[in-house]
Amino acid sequence: MTAAAGVDTALQRLRDAAARLSGRQVTFMEVCGTHTMSIARLGLKALFPPNVQLVSGPGCPVCVTPQGVIDRMVALARVPGATVCTFGDMLRVPGTESSLERERASGARIRVVYSPLEALAHAEAHPGEQVIFLGVGFETTAPAIAQTLRQAKAKRVANFTAAVAGKVVPPALHALLSDDDVALDGLLCPGHVSVIIGAKVYGFIPAEFGVPCAVAGFEAAEILLGLASLCEQIAAGRATVENLYREWVRPEGNRRAQAVIDEVLLTADAEWRGIGVIPLSGYSLRPAWRDFDAFERFGIPEMHAPEPRGCRCGEVLKGVTQPRDCGIFGTHCTPQHPVGPCMVSSEGSCAAEFKYGGR
Amino acid sequence: MCLAIPARVLSVEDEVATVDLEGTRLHVNLSLVEGVAPGDHVLIHAGFALEVLSDADAQELAFYRERMRALGAQESMS
Ligand code: SF4
Ligand code: SF4
Repeated sequence: MTAAAGVDTALQRLRDAAARLSGRQVTFMEVCGTHTMSIARLGLKALFPPNVQLVSGPGCPVCVTPQGVIDRMVALARVPGATVCTFGDMLRVPGTESSLERERASGARIRVVYSPLEALAHAEAHPGEQVIFLGVGFETTAPAIAQTLRQAKAKRVANFTAAVAGKVVPPALHALLSDDDVALDGLLCPGHVSVIIGAKVYGFIPAEFGVPCAVAGFEAAEILLGLASLCEQIAAGRATVENLYREWVRPEGNRRAQAVIDEVLLTADAEWRGIGVIPLSGYSLRPAWRDFDAFERFGIPEMHAPEPRGCRCGEVLKGVTQPRDCGIFGTHCTPQHPVGPCMVSSEGSCAAEFKYGGR
Repeated sequence: MCLAIPARVLSVEDEVATVDLEGTRLHVNLSLVEGVAPGDHVLIHAGFALEVLSDADAQELAFYRERMRALGAQESMS
């Protein structure tokens, strides 16, 4: 069967399931930024039945990194002798008075890497530089960061540190569903986060909130089948976690990766942009790994900063405001001159709407 | 940012696999997964394999998916 036939079948299934809701309007959230981008790029929203609405969630690690943390990263870039290695998406996120991109333009050594292993290799090859890896990411990325630190320790690479600012998804979903402003009928759970943490983890969502979940992949047919599953669950009056991404997602996740994370990182209360502090929702280094903490080594204190004026990223991240409803969308805030991170990250809701909106 | 990409394993040496990603050869760290052999598929993120799908499982899954699709098609026709 061809891929197109798969999409037709999936779409039919979604339409049939939506029709069984007897006109009830349902709002689902795609938690993950990779889903946001796929849905926008494929123009899938135009195909949805009229009673199905899909809003974006806090699913991009770049977007949810608060302003104060960006400011700390800028401070790291200003440390004499430092080389900052970062994933490309972080470069243009505006901090309070600068961004990594601007620091680079004024002479800071900033390298874009695809893997933390590249940053470690750079440190080994350049013992005279202090190499700092900016460890932003969700559970998908945490094992890569933790494993790289284990290697650095084993090889005794003294000039390598990490600025760990990673986030943990399930506590954020709990906070979101507990928020009175947020009313959701179902969650399309993130595919690649789930590869690490497993599908079972989401069990609290149907159990505690009565909200159905579907773990889905990123192709058109997979996304449509995920939404069909949510409609079918509502129509049948049940709420479970359905795993539609079984080739990669096990019920219990990747235990080995979980053990690596656990050896190096612990979870602590963490601030999410626009949402605030969520209990146990962020990664930091375990005390035994303090030697590898860039913030400690270079004496960068905690920083807190208000969000930029006019920016509604916080509401956009909760799915209660749509990008176009932000007063500065497309005028003051564009991908060329972003005010908020949702316009910067390639997976940000505002960037997706700007690039593909109207399709 | 959590994008992860599947690729087929060509060879394995110590903890590093050489994979074929749409014609490009890449090295992937295997320390987060177990029992990877040439012919398997791995899901890659930030230089690491996050999960493995054996060749046999990949084929079984393709079969299972076809059946699900066929069943879905029948269901939606009825
Ligand atoms: S348009 Fe810009 S300022 Fe407004 S919510 Fe989106 S990113 Fe934030
Ligand atoms: S990288 Fe993580 S947060 Fe970003 S889209 Fe993928 S699963 Fe979601």
